[in-house]
Amino acid sequence: MDRNGPTPEETPMDAPQQPSRRRFLQGVAAAGALASGVALATGETQAGDALATLLQSHYLRMTPEEVAAALTRIERRAKREFHAAIRCGNTPPPAGVLFGYALNLSKCVGARYCVSACLKENNGDHGAQYIRVLELTQGSRNLEEADHYFTAETVPRPGKGYLPVQCQHCSDPACVQACPVQATWKEPDGIVVIDYDWCIGCRYCAVACPYWARRFNWKTPALSKEDITAETHYLGNRPRMAGVMEKCTFCLQRTRQGLLPACVEACPTGARIFGNLLDPEGPLRWVLLNRPVFRLKEELKTDPKFWYFTDI
Amino acid sequence: MRRHLTFAAALLRHSFHGGRDDLLFLTLLALGMLTGVLAYGEQAREGLAVTGMNDQVLWGLYIGNFVFLVGVAATAVVLVVPAYVFQRREMRRVVLLGECMAITAVIMSLLFVTVDLGQPLRFWHALPFLGRLNFPTSILAWDMVVLAAYLLLNIGLVYTLLLSRFEGRILPIRRYYPFLIFGIFLGLGIHTVTAFMLSGNPARPFWNTAILAPRFIASAFAAGSGLMILAFQVLHRVTPFRLSKGVVRMLALIMAFSILINLFLLCAELFHHFYRPTAHGTSARYLYFGLEGASGLRGWIWLALLLNLAAAVILTVHRLRNDLRLLNTACVMAFVGIWFEKGLGLVVPGFIPTPLGEVVEYSATAVEIQVTVGIWSFGVLLFTILARGVVAVETGRLRGGAGGAGDAGSP
Repeated sequence: MDRNGPTPEETPMDAPQQPSRRRFLQGVAAAGALASGVALATGETQAGDALATLLQSHYLRMTPEEVAAALTRIERRAKREFHAAIRCGNTPPPAGVLFGYALNLSKCVGARYCVSACLKENNGDHGAQYIRVLELTQGSRNLEEADHYFTAETVPRPGKGYLPVQCQHCSDPACVQACPVQATWKEPDGIVVIDYDWCIGCRYCAVACPYWARRFNWKTPALSKEDITAETHYLGNRPRMAGVMEKCTFCLQRTRQGLLPACVEACPTGARIFGNLLDPEGPLRWVLLNRPVFRLKEELKTDPKFWYFTDI
Repeated sequence: MRRHLTFAAALLRHSFHGGRDDLLFLTLLALGMLTGVLAYGEQAREGLAVTGMNDQVLWGLYIGNFVFLVGVAATAVVLVVPAYVFQRREMRRVVLLGECMAITAVIMSLLFVTVDLGQPLRFWHALPFLGRLNFPTSILAWDMVVLAAYLLLNIGLVYTLLLSRFEGRILPIRRYYPFLIFGIFLGLGIHTVTAFMLSGNPARPFWNTAILAPRFIASAFAAGSGLMILAFQVLHRVTPFRLSKGVVRMLALIMAFSILINLFLLCAELFHHFYRPTAHGTSARYLYFGLEGASGLRGWIWLALLLNLAAAVILTVHRLRNDLRLLNTACVMAFVGIWFEKGLGLVVPGFIPTPLGEVVEYSATAVEIQVTVGIWSFGVLLFTILARGVVAVETGRLRGGAGGAGDAGSP
């Protein structure tokens, strides 16, 4: 049932966002011109950058020049606010790739190395963890009885099982449908992203998410210079601001460069498998074809690209 | 252009000429608004972290008030329908006042959404052409569209009718009748869409029920009619406006039917949640009985139910309803009961437990309460100004020049 891999409509070829990236309305062009004008007039000051960011267009509507200007503003802000030299890129989705994830519940021991690696990689505030590991009593998968804050000297604890949950990168995401201003969308490589500079902070996406995968910046994230991962992406791990939503992006700043997500690398038991669903020889397809798999809340028909499996 | 300025100046002058009582009233409202502005300043500086909301309970007092006030705004419908569809002429005298209440409530609800935003300066992202409104996909986008349309329609109607009377003209009814009728659909529309905004979330089983929209309309008509009965009596006392008994009787009857329908729908929901409880009923269990020792809303919801029930009894029994003092008590009880039941009592339990089964409670902070007081104070002030203007123009106390500004002066 779940082993069919991606449905045809997920293939990157017909994804609607890409062509519109270069197409923009006249009014938007005017706003963009205004933004660059403001940037010129006010120089590279904090207030100038803030104003230019406020007037900045939607990511998919910006011209390459406007994107470049936005990226340097992001780097300047990191220097100014967190005293960190970061590089912010905007690597596009690779062609012919649809990212997916599989998690082996037989191997997960609840060590939560994934959680801390994720925080570090994604420049996250400690309060905003993208991965929530639930401790369940064996014999039940009732989420209401899960322990979200288990503490233990050693894991796994006897009689317990572990269920890590993060953004499931649904093929039909409820969050994308909910957003009133299209600040969150599904990229052609299947990753659900947020334009942090476009989000108005209404939190309706998080209300709509059945996986509790989204985190809100209730205040400016607390980041110290030592914490900061310097290699960042506009749609990924760049430092966020107060009042916007964020969530797991499958570490697109890494995975679009051919690296693995931080959580996959950090897992001590090899429970986490990441790859291209379109690759017939890939590890993901092997899992889907050879292991019993399931997805969370499949009855809600959001069609996640995140599978759970067991060894037998 | 000049006639609009003349009219606006006359309206404003008329609003602020009051005596000592007036001054006290306005001072109180100003203090309330000042409190709100100061608290909002703190929230703007520190972020929404100063509220009681968190990643588990994403919406609280602000959205609770928003949902309630959209209902109040929709209530103008209960005046327009009898007045212009069923031709009850005495109801026509209060339609404009009802529309002033709708205008006020929509503006208040928009303010409540604005203070709830993490990035309010980016509101322009929702504007047509400049922004990228996710219409018609997002129900929140729908809500913005219908609320804006309803607000503009009501402002246009009230302004046009008042201006014509101010200038001593009588606008033929056929000129504005289509707008009145369109307003009925929009009024029902704003509250239906607001219900859909919540009920369209399978992730939140507590709201994910088809009964939500009809319940919203029923409870809105009950609370809104109650508020109108009270507000019209105040206007009767402090302005030359004369409230007829027939209007009160009609509103009380509408209120009686609405509150009974609301209670019936509530019973249907309670049966659904508790006869054979499933995981989808956990939020209701939290609300009415508490969960894992968390029971922050339990006392409030039972109090709200009690208020609703008592109001329903008064409104249903003929002799009690016809006693003005009891009727007023019922209005207050229904208003407060419904404010809680579909404000905090509906919005917050939707988040408890979270989709991953976690139970985290919410309680509003001082900042949220102050901002709420500020917006309500502003609402009372706005309604006062609008209602005084309407009464002054309608009773002929406020007139432009001798026989109006000239054009088409009718006898």
